Amino acid sequence: MYLEPRSKISLPLAVCAPLAAVIAAMALCSALILWADSSIVDAYLLLFKGALGSRFAISETLTRATPLILTGLAAAVAFRAKLWNIGAEGQFYAGACAATLLGTGTLDWPPYLLIPTMMLAGALAGGLLLLVPTLLKTHLKVDEVVTTLLLNFIVLLFVNYLLFGPWKDPMAMGWPQAAPIVENGLLPLLLAKTRLHAGLLISLLAAVGTWALMRFSIWGYEIRAVGANQKAADFFGIPVNRTVIRTALISGGLAGIAGVCELCGLKGYLTLDLSPGFGYTGIVVAMLAGLNPLGVVLSAFFIAVVYNGADSMSRALGVSNYIADVITATALITVLVSMLLTRYRIRWK
Amino acid sequence: MFDFADMILAAGFWAATLRMATPLIFGTLGELICERSGVLNLGIEGIMTIGSMAGWMWVFQGGSLWGGVLFAALVGALFGLLHSVLTVYLGLSQHVSGLGITMLTSSLCYFVFRMMLPDVTTPPKITPFASWGIPGLAKLPVVGEALFVQSPLTWLALLVVILVSYLLYRTPLGLAVRMVGENPLAAEAQGINVHLLRTGAVVAGSALMAVGGTFLTLSAFDAFYIGMVNGRGWICIALVVFASWQPAKALLGALLFATFDALQMRVQQQATTAIPYQFYLMAPYVMSILALIIMSRRAAYPKALLIPFRRGER
Repeated sequence: MYLEPRSKISLPLAVCAPLAAVIAAMALCSALILWADSSIVDAYLLLFKGALGSRFAISETLTRATPLILTGLAAAVAFRAKLWNIGAEGQFYAGACAATLLGTGTLDWPPYLLIPTMMLAGALAGGLLLLVPTLLKTHLKVDEVVTTLLLNFIVLLFVNYLLFGPWKDPMAMGWPQAAPIVENGLLPLLLAKTRLHAGLLISLLAAVGTWALMRFSIWGYEIRAVGANQKAADFFGIPVNRTVIRTALISGGLAGIAGVCELCGLKGYLTLDLSPGFGYTGIVVAMLAGLNPLGVVLSAFFIAVVYNGADSMSRALGVSNYIADVITATALITVLVSMLLTRYRIRWK
Repeated sequence: MFDFADMILAAGFWAATLRMATPLIFGTLGELICERSGVLNLGIEGIMTIGSMAGWMWVFQGGSLWGGVLFAALVGALFGLLHSVLTVYLGLSQHVSGLGITMLTSSLCYFVFRMMLPDVTTPPKITPFASWGIPGLAKLPVVGEALFVQSPLTWLALLVVILVSYLLYRTPLGLAVRMVGENPLAAEAQGINVHLLRTGAVVAGSALMAVGGTFLTLSAFDAFYIGMVNGRGWICIALVVFASWQPAKALLGALLFATFDALQMRVQQQATTAIPYQFYLMAPYVMSILALIIMSRRAAYPKALLIPFRRGER
């Protein structure tokens, strides 16, 4: 068996392949639903109804998509430069920590000053956290996959320490959580009687901004060039290390902002379960989108539908809600294969 | 620091070190075999997770302990096969495919566990492996108990180190595996089937990882908990770099690492308030990063690591 590059990628193929992949993933996971003694049709109907069936359901799905758009962008930007940032989870918490530091009464500023400052601080914290493994990569050739991953554990343990130690809110009845963010630091709601907050607008802005940056700016060109072929980029005078470091700051910054949005938009105070793995799911989001920043919005929405829908489906049918994780992971693999098949033809010999 | 010396000299400390090293030895060797053939396997964390559950479930359903180990190895091999189809034959990004495998295996593992045991609050237990003593040596004072009475899986791990060393360096098969990891084009010119050999290496390596995972449920503990692998897989990846891709050094690295881990646990129990316990828990991860930094200067990566091999493409 060998792969033959396709000379021309037809538009219908490019559009249908990811759709077919998602359908294939759902078909594969049907086996698990059947095993749970449920009807597949009912299960998937309930899934989509739970995610999109009412105004509230849609608002919940969009709320869920917000952090995924940002962590998906973080992964997409980094992966474009072949900087394998697996540490968005840690950067997410770093951002949330920075915002907690400023937003729990330290600064007595009006919202239009306080919120941007917190966003900036969160982005800075996330970016700086990714800077460490990136410098190790560029200067000492330490593989960043492992270091960014290990940093996630370190950051989470540090947050654990903060929440059980110095930052523990004495008013929280013994729960390990930090003091609440002051009124002026909270993001406004977009829809009354829902949890949908202005973080969605921030994430959409970030998606358009990242897209424009990658598409039209010299920075974006350099990032793509370094990712496509580092040696060639170096040969043509692109400062490779500086580009990788810049990419790290953008990527870590986006993940940090995700943490701030989740903190100030949804939860209101720092806890250990602020992220149920948004950093890791962001990698799936970015891959499903083919690392395209605008595609990230769509794929984040899709993943949010799966998670939200699977939640209500599992409650209705008694199927374990780990089914959502299984569907996303399967979709990641099938989409990877479908993307390959749009570029190559399989030949048997 | 008087009790510190006591602690180091206690037999139990060294017994614990060997016990803690066992899953790392299996995992590191498994990853090492994959990487030697040119394939990074980031599926390790998930494969260890599903291995720990599969072996446990086998025994819980009435199977034998060794049957559980075999079943775990089989499940690991299956996901190794998936990883090799994706990366070796289709040439997909090894990073992304590996992470995909980790996500798939761990979520599938938790799903299956919940399906089979829907309403358990406290995880049910099995009877784990009894320790085996080496006749004669086990009777030695102090060190006997500590070093020569261990879980059979620990003995198996040590055996596997010798076996993998022998296979890699002393057999034509091992030479071929190293060759496809260094220079697949040259290997192909010698008539070696690069794809098949890499697939074999990833499948065998993944089986070892799963056995490392199942040590946790069949020997170290007697139940399966969600999140019980707890980053050990990622540490194995760091240990492979630390070991410069050599099995003997992998054993050394795993032992050294486990020593520190056993040490931090004991220090944590003794020194009560001086340093918050979270910092002790960070130690293994900080150590891994430091090990990576120190060893990376001398790192002799297999040259073809991460590079997909496509026939006719250069």
